[in-house]
Amino acid sequence: MAKKLVTLTVNGETHELAVEPRELLIYVLREKLRLTGPHVGCETSHCGACTVDLNGKSVKSCTVLAAQADGAEITTIEGIGKPDALHVLQEMFREHHGLQCGFCTPGMITRAYRLLQENPTPTEEEVRFGISGNLCRCTGYQNIVKSILAAAEQMNAMKEAAE
Amino acid sequence: MIPANFEYYRPDSVAAALGILQEHGDEARVIAGGHSLIPMMKLRMAEVPHLIDLQAIAALRGISIEGGTVRIGAMTTQNELITHDDLLQAAPILREAALQIADPQVRYMGTVGGNVANGDPGNDMPGLFQALDASFELHGPEGIRSVPARDFYEAAYMTAREDDEILTAITFARTSGGYAYEKQKRKIGDYATAAAAVLLTKEGGKVATAAIAMTNLSDTPVFCADAAGALVGTECTTDALAAADAAMQAVIDPMQDNRGPAEFKRHVAGVILKRAILRAWSRA
Repeated sequence: MAKKLVTLTVNGETHELAVEPRELLIYVLREKLRLTGPHVGCETSHCGACTVDLNGKSVKSCTVLAAQADGAEITTIEGIGKPDALHVLQEMFREHHGLQCGFCTPGMITRAYRLLQENPTPTEEEVRFGISGNLCRCTGYQNIVKSILAAAEQMNAMKEAAE
Repeated sequence: MIPANFEYYRPDSVAAALGILQEHGDEARVIAGGHSLIPMMKLRMAEVPHLIDLQAIAALRGISIEGGTVRIGAMTTQNELITHDDLLQAAPILREAALQIADPQVRYMGTVGGNVANGDPGNDMPGLFQALDASFELHGPEGIRSVPARDFYEAAYMTAREDDEILTAITFARTSGGYAYEKQKRKIGDYATAAAAVLLTKEGGKVATAAIAMTNLSDTPVFCADAAGALVGTECTTDALAAADAAMQAVIDPMQDNRGPAEFKRHVAGVILKRAILRAWSRA
């Protein structure tokens, strides 16, 4: 099968890559672009550890072909914050113990990032429903919910201060 | 996890997509949101030598509501159904049902056309569209034909769509009155143990019209004409609910699986149907 040339803009940087049509986006991100934050936790599209932001939508990159993503703008956890300039969500996950092993965290934060764009003032119930495509084996979710609610509050306060 | 390889196409018109389908026959399949097909390809339960991505076909997108008719392009995502305010006015049962399908990520990608064309009895939209008496528009080499949702499903993964046809849109009449989509499931993202779609209208304090369909209780969705008929002219009393349940039980045929034995599913189906009817009644 012929390889296909795809253009992916990932975390603001544009890459041209030759991929086999069957290559899943998660593997192109991890193995070709070495963005190993997004993880693989299942093969049935349930766990959400591979979640990235694609054209303004949270998607499970294990269930998107790189060929389908040709032309897309993608944000991974590596593009949400940097070690020396964490995003508020990342700060709050640290402060509120929203992670333990850290395997679900990149997907969880990337999903929370989009959730808060769409609903900047979610209730606890809306947060739980909004992250229901992301499984966590360690935290029991409670502290993840706290982290996201705290991040929402901080982001809203920052927005108000800026106005 | 690793699909077999294939050729990938991204046509920008229905005609071009049909051309590729015709050229490759049953070696070709269309991909919409990919959230049923890619999982099957990853498990090698589906092998598709020629994969036709419909994402670039603008004619397959969008929701239009003109007069009393709602038309939803096949590539409209579940998330678009949920966030479309005019659709919420025209047929609120769609948002209620879509919010019970899968999870946020899957709803950004999964499409209404893929949900109904897939043919998996676990999908929620097929029964819902049977209750709505929707029609599915199919484009094939001979042109366009329309198949009622109530005639579309033949068996698990078997539908009235021919291999060289593409399901392009779904149409149905704007709804009025009460509605409910009630689904029992083990967890978020699970297919139903049992689910019921109920629409009813009220006149003079009694049920004037009703439509009922059940999900995942047979190898197809189950349209329950007699169960709906048992409600008409009643005030949804205990007796009417019992009659509707009995009529529904006569046409479902649940199979044992991890969600439970057939007897349990029959019990759940009864509970779910009753809840759905009462919620629809309270909204009528």
